[in-house]
Amino acid sequence: MSDLLIATFNGISIGAVLLLAALGLSVVFGLMGVINLAHGELMMLGAYTTFVVQNVFKSFGEPWFSLYIFFALPCAFLIAGLMGLMLERGVIRFLYGRPLETLLATWGVSIILQQFVRSVSWSLIIGILVFCLLFFGAFFTIKKRPDWEKIRTLFLSITIPLSLAISSVTGVIISGQEALKKPWFSARNVDVTAPQWLQGGLPLGSFQVPYSRVFIIILTVICLIATYWFLNRSNWGLRIRSVTQNRTMSACLGIPTATVDALTFSLGSGLAGIAGCAITLLGSVGPNTGQNYIVDAFMVVVVGGVGNLVGTIIAAMGLGVINYLIGSGTFALLLSPITGLESLVNIFNFFATTSMAKVLVFVIIISFLQVKPAGLFPPKGRNVEL
Amino acid sequence: MKRRQFVIYGSAAFGSSLLLKACGNNPTPPANNATNTNTNTTTPPATGETIKVGILHSLTGTMAISETTVVDAEMMAIEEINAAGGVLGKKIEVIKEDGASDWPTFAEKAAKLIDQDKVVTIFGCWTSASRKAVKDVFESKNHMLWYPVQYEGQECSKNIFYTGAAPNQQIEPAVDWLLENKGKEFFLVGSDYVFPRTANTIIMEQLKAKGGKTVGEDYLPLGNTEVTPIITKIKQALPNGGVIFNSLNGDSNVAFFKQLKGAGMGPDKYPVMSVSIAEEEVKQIGKEFLLGHFAAWNYFQTVETPANTKWVQAFKAKYGADRVTNDPMEAAYIMVYLWKQAVEKAGKADDLEAVRMAAIGQTFDAPEGKVTMNGNHHIAKTVRIGEIRDDGLFNIVWSTEGPIDPVPWNQFVPTTKGFACDWSDPAKGEKYKI
Repeated sequence: MSDLLIATFNGISIGAVLLLAALGLSVVFGLMGVINLAHGELMMLGAYTTFVVQNVFKSFGEPWFSLYIFFALPCAFLIAGLMGLMLERGVIRFLYGRPLETLLATWGVSIILQQFVRSVSWSLIIGILVFCLLFFGAFFTIKKRPDWEKIRTLFLSITIPLSLAISSVTGVIISGQEALKKPWFSARNVDVTAPQWLQGGLPLGSFQVPYSRVFIIILTVICLIATYWFLNRSNWGLRIRSVTQNRTMSACLGIPTATVDALTFSLGSGLAGIAGCAITLLGSVGPNTGQNYIVDAFMVVVVGGVGNLVGTIIAAMGLGVINYLIGSGTFALLLSPITGLESLVNIFNFFATTSMAKVLVFVIIISFLQVKPAGLFPPKGRNVEL
Repeated sequence: MKRRQFVIYGSAAFGSSLLLKACGNNPTPPANNATNTNTNTTTPPATGETIKVGILHSLTGTMAISETTVVDAEMMAIEEINAAGGVLGKKIEVIKEDGASDWPTFAEKAAKLIDQDKVVTIFGCWTSASRKAVKDVFESKNHMLWYPVQYEGQECSKNIFYTGAAPNQQIEPAVDWLLENKGKEFFLVGSDYVFPRTANTIIMEQLKAKGGKTVGEDYLPLGNTEVTPIITKIKQALPNGGVIFNSLNGDSNVAFFKQLKGAGMGPDKYPVMSVSIAEEEVKQIGKEFLLGHFAAWNYFQTVETPANTKWVQAFKAKYGADRVTNDPMEAAYIMVYLWKQAVEKAGKADDLEAVRMAAIGQTFDAPEGKVTMNGNHHIAKTVRIGEIRDDGLFNIVWSTEGPIDPVPWNQFVPTTKGFACDWSDPAKGEKYKI
């Protein structure tokens, strides 16, 4: 019996990580129909934010340091949310209704973000700031002119190279300073240490429940409740749902659809940031961190049915538990006392390694999608029209 | 109109990414080498002739984290040699190529260095997969590769010099030490590729021969961070504690040690012996998770030899005080000097046959102690076991009396038992029956 309890707990704790990673994606992919391949990189940004917050709190000393995670969570939400906002305003809003282009564009963004954390330094930041200042300054000044439409091409062909040149020169000049060109993080993984109280575990007989897992499960539940409340009980949630169901009609009724899009995307990105903060308790933080989670997250959303929170929850928990039961050999162990099932036990024993468990889980998912191609709960609304 | 806007903003984005490149591409020595992807000739040709050598490592991709540190060590050795007058009075000219963590790219770039750049030797590779990919290139062109990383053995190419440990210089002594001091029951954990699988085959044969027991093994796909099932299996297989032999690589290590601690499995009951965790990796995993666990290497930064003190000082002075030195870096440093000595003995850099013969028997007073190039193209090295201490370095708890001779063909695995390798005698060669 206790075996079964432990198995359930472990399965749920794997499922909670999957769910947290997939929650933001479910919002973005489900409600907006945007395939955001940069979702993993938004998680990575959340993880790096945690690293920065941790370092700041380290200098405050105890007791502040042991509480840094509570400050890191909102910071990660904000940073990832802001990046999501920039991404939506800068790239994705031009690509609505064209999933293939979105997929390629967000994939490109994910590569840019990875390289960005590898090479970001003060000189790089200053260079980008100078460029933005010059270009957007000129853009908004000249945009006010009545003949804007006519001089637009001319304007762009002059200001882009000009601001680029000026900011490059600035970059070259200030990169003479050793301190300014030192990269913040470099290509190496960085070390995020969980606070002391999250490192241990609660002993239950021979088994120990890791506090970090409990923390992640609680965090996932809170995020779920908050997301559910926001989408179903708040005014903006109502608007988001109405735009999802019928964009044109919502626009006619005076709902600012562009703002709704930006808000939904930032919300999804912010949730990715929180997931990034949570995974620092379990794994490594490096430029490639996000890639380890993106496939699993998509798997959860696809199995759960696009745009359905309940489906996402069930899919994440189901995948977590199945993955654990197969990978740890618990299935084989549970079935072995029953006579007549030796061949089945042998099959499960064969799959009872981490890499083979993944194979079996994928096989299960593929066969499941043959039966229900649209997932557990098929989508309604805008996605159907796509 | 939207499309046109997109084109314009797209070109703006492209422009700014160029800008990123322009500003980001001023590598400070410690870390930013990863962005420095292009072919570059770092040592300017001195007056007169130069000797061209190739460096072939991943400067980008997953492996860049580890391989760029090895490039640092190789560059340091080459610069030292050049500052001291070069080889045979000629300066060494380095041509760097990026293998990009992609094994076919390694083969392609190796062929390019040999055919186009006409280098006289190549220092390079880290993963066994990349070495296997370039092996055919070096053998078909009868060229020369120096390989600096500990590996699984079962290979002895005429065209490769191996300066990292063979299994009998790292894995086997570690297993013996564990059997003697930590317990007889072993659980083997590794990443799912050639090195951990071969290494674990060797360990299982060795345990069988020496009265130990393998209670389980599991492999994690590279980059996987969900280790809960493995931890459960270890607990089931070793309810009262036992030895974990860890050949995980990369990110999985971080997840493994963090979650091992969360599950309450400390080094008192579950000591972990790692063969891929050195000083650099300790920094990334976090020393509080590793405290009290073990690693087996030939070199630790804490080795007390005069040569090591000098080397660590010089390295920190060149690349920054926060940098650490580790085993593959030391092996990389050694191999440049061994090659230099071989060339000087042969009297010619481009007569590869002569250099190969001259290399055998070369000794070097390395940071880890004296090393000797044996006839089987591997070097005799001292073996050490270190315990991770709270400053992130290793406390050396055990070491061999002197250098151990390398045995590339494993003597525990039935298919290679009784075979040896000797290139000093052309009649014997790659694999002969003793």
